[in-house]
Amino acid sequence: MSSDTFLLLLGITLMYSTPMVFAAQGSVISEVSGVVNIGIEGMMTIGAFTGAAVGYFSGNPWLGFVCAGLAGAVFGLIHAFASVTCKADQTVCGIAMNLIGPGLALFLSRVFFDGATQTLPVTNKIPKLFGRSGLPGSLNNLNVDMTTVIALVVSILMCYIFYCTTWGLHLRAVGEHPAAADTLGINVYKVRYICVILSGLLAGLGGAAMTLAIVPQFMPTAISGQGFIAIAAVIFGKWTPHGGYLACLLFGFAQALTVVLGGGAFTVPSEILAMLPYVLTVLILILFVGRASAPKANGVPYNKGSRV
Amino acid sequence: MRKCTRRALTVLGLCLLLLLPACRFVRPGELTGGSAGAGGAGGSGSSMDLNVENVDGTGWKIAMITDTGGINDQSFNQSAWEGLQELQAETGAEVAYIESKQSGDFNTNFETLVDNGNTLMWGIGFACADAVLEAAEANPEVNFACVDNAFADSPMNVTGVVFRAQESSFMVGYIAAAVSETQKVGFVGGIRSEVIEQFEYGYEAGVAYANRVLDKNVRVSSQYAESFSDAAKGKSIANKMFTDGCDIVYHSAGGTGTGVIEAAKEAGKFAIGVDRDQAYLAPDNVLTSSLKNVNVAVKAVGKRHIAGQDIGGQTLSFGLTDDAVGIPEHHENYSDEIYEAAIEIGEQIKRGTIIPPSTKAELDAYTAGLK
Repeated sequence: MSSDTFLLLLGITLMYSTPMVFAAQGSVISEVSGVVNIGIEGMMTIGAFTGAAVGYFSGNPWLGFVCAGLAGAVFGLIHAFASVTCKADQTVCGIAMNLIGPGLALFLSRVFFDGATQTLPVTNKIPKLFGRSGLPGSLNNLNVDMTTVIALVVSILMCYIFYCTTWGLHLRAVGEHPAAADTLGINVYKVRYICVILSGLLAGLGGAAMTLAIVPQFMPTAISGQGFIAIAAVIFGKWTPHGGYLACLLFGFAQALTVVLGGGAFTVPSEILAMLPYVLTVLILILFVGRASAPKANGVPYNKGSRV
Repeated sequence: MRKCTRRALTVLGLCLLLLLPACRFVRPGELTGGSAGAGGAGGSGSSMDLNVENVDGTGWKIAMITDTGGINDQSFNQSAWEGLQELQAETGAEVAYIESKQSGDFNTNFETLVDNGNTLMWGIGFACADAVLEAAEANPEVNFACVDNAFADSPMNVTGVVFRAQESSFMVGYIAAAVSETQKVGFVGGIRSEVIEQFEYGYEAGVAYANRVLDKNVRVSSQYAESFSDAAKGKSIANKMFTDGCDIVYHSAGGTGTGVIEAAKEAGKFAIGVDRDQAYLAPDNVLTSSLKNVNVAVKAVGKRHIAGQDIGGQTLSFGLTDDAVGIPEHHENYSDEIYEAAIEIGEQIKRGTIIPPSTKAELDAYTAGLK
């Protein structure tokens, strides 16, 4: 393998995994606090639209990026209200998020963009790490979007919060045994609210990483499955921020492999290649990843005074 | 036990939701309805004179239902509606549309249009094909038509409409080969199917033709993303092609293609758009586009219907001769000479002196004939 191919693989892996990394961190923080959030996909979609729309009208991609996070956070708040305060079934509520997200995004797109279901391309995208001129030759494959760097920073920050801060311990306790945490004076509802809102925020950022960095616009197909892959990546990564990050990278790498192996000299049928990421995931899951256990209270609404 | 059920439900829900985007967001025209006849898009459709002029459509009612993209989708629905509006302006026929919010609306929308007294109703995009067939069976006295679908066994009141995309692809293939400085061009397809292969083989034939007449040696690398929605993958494939030395990449991949155009923009290379003029996405980096003018087909079929011609029970094929496919006039990114040569090639295709291939076998025969 030439170094050019290696750099290409690396570049594609990083680009491909970025939106999923944000979403996976969002999923981790919600699940570890004990709230299942399968609405990640819907939250990403609304973030993707908001990011592209605000980026287009303001001309400032960073403003779009922040607004995308806020839009996701609003969805997170709704999810938190339904599943923490109202103790609704979290799966059903997540499905609702996944239906509302794209629906609302398309509706708003039609309102703001002359009835079109896709937005117009933004003039300024989120900049690249080494600027527009980039690096010489094939090294330019490493000229990743700033969002890729932010995704890495967020992941490291999450690890720090989870394992090096008191609050991180609190949130893990809430997900494992909320009643015990409650008796020690931790406000279970508050912790869960914060985590689910953060979860929406991160998912929204993930959506915007797609529509403000990878492509410059929102379209109905912008987010198609990344959120679900991120949820799978979290389970794959045993509900840890670093595990989720690595799992997303692995999936991105598998996609990069299909791109690099497809076409050209070897003629592997593209239908077979398209299965590679999933086959690889299953194989690694069987061979290298041991038993994964979810946070014990994951998906169970907490009733104050209950013993479990 | 309870936990198991919940887990199973979660997984089931995830699977169902994964399917959702696939059902809801398929762009019209990027897939075929899976009917065996679709392969004959270029061949089996009749291409007799489709243009009937000067008909009086007063009192006629013609309508369409959109697929889930909505009326202003900057693609087929919008184009079809423009065709109906032109039909109204030229013949005085009354036209209307109903938007479908979800695929379940197709049948109800057709029933509404039948109740409103329409005599020809369009389903836009292959996704409507089944609904068209059902509505046609329930309402044998009125006519239905479907864009981008060749029915294997078309009922007497159903018209399939397909496009000879290989013709416009041949033209853009010529342009790509003529413009290429690196002697390497690329093609990115969505999901492999006979309809998308028309684009691929027409394009490759155009490149081969240019190699012959311009004495060049441009090679084509083709790759399928196996997705119409994965823009990141489209961008990755295009990045790879640009890294490999391609300087022009043509796509026929819907949402995946958005990534191809973005990759061209970032790399300072060229992309070739599809279905409509995609130059607005990246004015400096979209070389040209291979157009599919649904409006032309919708208008022509409407006129034939008004003129009382028998349009049912067959698949009509539209191509360059009908101005239903082609390339945009503006060509800031390449020279007048190349543009004029491409137009001349279009004329030869119209005259039948060049017959662009639409399958692998036809392409092989075509390139063998060039030598």
